[in-house]
Amino acid sequence: MKRQIPLLIAMIAGFVMIVAYFIPYTVSWGDTVIVWFDVLAAIAFVLGGGNLLKVHLKKTSDQVPGWGYSVITIVAFVIMLVIGLGKIGVNPAAKYPEFAWSGKFSEMGSPFWWLYEYVFKPLQATIFSMLAFYVASAAFRAFRAKNIEAILLLATAFIILLGRTAAGPALTGWFPDAIEGLEADKLTSYLMTVFNTAGNRAIMIGIALGTASVSLKILLGVERSYLGSGEE
Amino acid sequence: MNKSNRLWVILFIIGAVLVAGRMLISQSLIGKAYVQAVPVNADEENEDHKWTLYEQSSQTKFNEAVLEDPNQTKYLFSFSRTIGVWIAALLTIFVLSFLIRDNPLYKFAESIFIGISAAYWMVVGFWSTVVPNLFGKLSPDMVRDWAMPGLGIDERVELMYIVPLVLGLMLLWILSPKGGWISRWPTAFIIGVFCGLRLITFIHADFLSQIRNGIAPLWMVDSSGSFDFWESLRNVFLIIGVLSCLVYFFFSFEHKGIIGKTAKLGIWFMMITFGAAFGYTVMGRIALLAIRLEFLFDDWLWLIDPTGKRLEAVISMLGLF
Amino acid sequence: MIEFLKNLDRRWIFLLMLLSVAIPILLQTQFEETPSKLSIAVFDQLEKLEEGDKILLAFDFDPGSEGELGPMATTFVRHCCEKKLKMYFMALWPVGEQMIVDNIARVIKADFPELVYGTDYMNLGFKAGNEGVIKVVLTDMRQLYTTDAEGTAIDEIPMMQGVDNIKAMDLMINISAGYPGTKEWVQYAVTRYPDKITLVAGCTGVQAPLLYPYIPQQLPGLLAAIKGAAEYEKLVMDKYGKRDADGNMDEEGKYFEGRRRMGPQLVAHVLMVLLIVVGNLIFFAERRREKRQ
Repeated sequence: MKRQIPLLIAMIAGFVMIVAYFIPYTVSWGDTVIVWFDVLAAIAFVLGGGNLLKVHLKKTSDQVPGWGYSVITIVAFVIMLVIGLGKIGVNPAAKYPEFAWSGKFSEMGSPFWWLYEYVFKPLQATIFSMLAFYVASAAFRAFRAKNIEAILLLATAFIILLGRTAAGPALTGWFPDAIEGLEADKLTSYLMTVFNTAGNRAIMIGIALGTASVSLKILLGVERSYLGSGEE
Repeated sequence: MNKSNRLWVILFIIGAVLVAGRMLISQSLIGKAYVQAVPVNADEENEDHKWTLYEQSSQTKFNEAVLEDPNQTKYLFSFSRTIGVWIAALLTIFVLSFLIRDNPLYKFAESIFIGISAAYWMVVGFWSTVVPNLFGKLSPDMVRDWAMPGLGIDERVELMYIVPLVLGLMLLWILSPKGGWISRWPTAFIIGVFCGLRLITFIHADFLSQIRNGIAPLWMVDSSGSFDFWESLRNVFLIIGVLSCLVYFFFSFEHKGIIGKTAKLGIWFMMITFGAAFGYTVMGRIALLAIRLEFLFDDWLWLIDPTGKRLEAVISMLGLF
Repeated sequence: MIEFLKNLDRRWIFLLMLLSVAIPILLQTQFEETPSKLSIAVFDQLEKLEEGDKILLAFDFDPGSEGELGPMATTFVRHCCEKKLKMYFMALWPVGEQMIVDNIARVIKADFPELVYGTDYMNLGFKAGNEGVIKVVLTDMRQLYTTDAEGTAIDEIPMMQGVDNIKAMDLMINISAGYPGTKEWVQYAVTRYPDKITLVAGCTGVQAPLLYPYIPQQLPGLLAAIKGAAEYEKLVMDKYGKRDADGNMDEEGKYFEGRRRMGPQLVAHVLMVLLIVVGNLIFFAERRREKRQ
């Protein structure tokens, strides 16, 4: 029973979405299901926060090596959460001044906004920017023109890297009209619209067929791994 | 002091000297932030309903305003946001310090980021969706009186929303050590909806539409009506490329003979595709680094001033460009 | 020499990358941009619109990709303001709403203060649900959006009168950093209603090659990475930038961000090419030595 009902839920929810795509009368059913889905997606954010707290509280209580950092995570989490949920330092909405809670939680100048602007934003942007360094290191160490496949990959990367900056026109802009098509920027465009499009289109078709078959298997109850293996 | 610690101390001293030197040139604090006071007068008669919002501004505007009227209060120096700029700069450097070696400063910054971002998403999810789209449907009057006075007066109680409420509570049960089966219901619901959505959409947009997009005339004529060799060649390559890549993905036949050769051609097309992906990925990553360095040089160190925020910028002052 | 390069500490490569990006930023180098067909296509789609036409701007990105997408967002908003279009902002990414607020402050409030919230532009804000949100806004927006991001009832907003779903929009712009983003908008909105929804997009370098199969049938225009942003910026500023009496550009600053970022881009790309070349030279020299031995 603990496995049959979830299978039935997945099946009904999925087939409602499919039917709603084809039969106009059932569009509102699909909309209802999808709005519930959106609400659950927001609750999943709460779950994410709860899970983080659970993991780090456990690390702290077990005093595993590096548990001090878990304490920092918990403190940062709790501060941001309390400030955000409590709308601390937020003015009411100008339209509804008599409602103290009507203001926007991320109002400019509020503590929540300050933490976003000066802590969240620089940290997230810098963590992502680190990849520029690693991609350079990987290029130096790992990209070897060992065979024709690797040469094709490297040659394309070169053309794109140069063709999408001022280096392309500077290096190849003098080409005579007869071989104008080989100028770096034109070659880049050709590579992207022909070779890249062809390759990605084939990958896309493959993924589409794979996604459709996996979805159908789940909806028909053939694929059940998402229910876990436990008997409980 | 071991070698590693010595490196850190040297780096710290170099950094501190450079920042101090930069301040010396400027003869004042750098990284200062300014705000513009915007008074909000929500209710003329009630003093409690008047407050001031502070929007981001610049030193240029502040100085102009002071020149005009030394006692002006519209543009102000912001202490809290100046601290913010310095903290943001330090956190940026803490993260970048990982490039030298993993270290406690990086771990500190990373730990803060994990905590803050999880809470950020939770708060956004709560106020933007849970409150209006769940509580607002189950108890519109309560939500209207509490946090959303703008909620339509004709909003009715929609008892159907008990379903996502119950499913949501069951989803949160994952956190409990017992009763793991309870969260299977909402999980099954989420997966079912995803599968239903994707089954149709992927077939429509990424399978059928791609076949349609791929059907192109192999004999192209230009505007004057004569044969266009390059456009025709382009379409021939496109079709050959897609078909040969698909043959490579087709594992029901052994890749031998003509099928093997076609599959090989498919691999070549895909290598070009991956090369393009690599090129574009590099391009993206560098732009992400550029914006961080711009922040350090512009907002913090005041070395450049591309948007005219200040009166001085050292690089332009030294006549370097 | 080869031994030295072979065992080179990767931190030297990091330093080279840092310098190749930092120095052009400090020198504020800029280059002339030649717009590509795809950027011109994006520009033309907006140019085709008339004053008062409705445009949906979905900001599906966050600070992690602002380096690439920020300049696009700024220029898109400027272009919409210049064309006097009615702008509807929304976000599928939790931080996307902050990107909307930033751009409203940066462009509309700073340079177009005459535009009125609720009449000329509005912010629907963020809703959770990824493609689930796209599905709802295709049929009945009010099921999800009872108020705008500021908490005002949706029916009290003048520009929402008669707008039941996004099929009412004359054009849609998506600025996308990943999932959910342009791919989902193409799949769920454009492919379903090809005659009613036209989408142009700006996306990160990582996504750009993956979106090419949709061009042009499902996606008529695409700004690919920072280069696309720089090209589009040039097109918009060439047409709308303020000029002095001699016809020279009289503006600088935020509407030149994309082009400014192409300076570090050039040096870093050349460095990448050199790193690959040097890496391969070491590899082949080593291989030759091994063969000789």
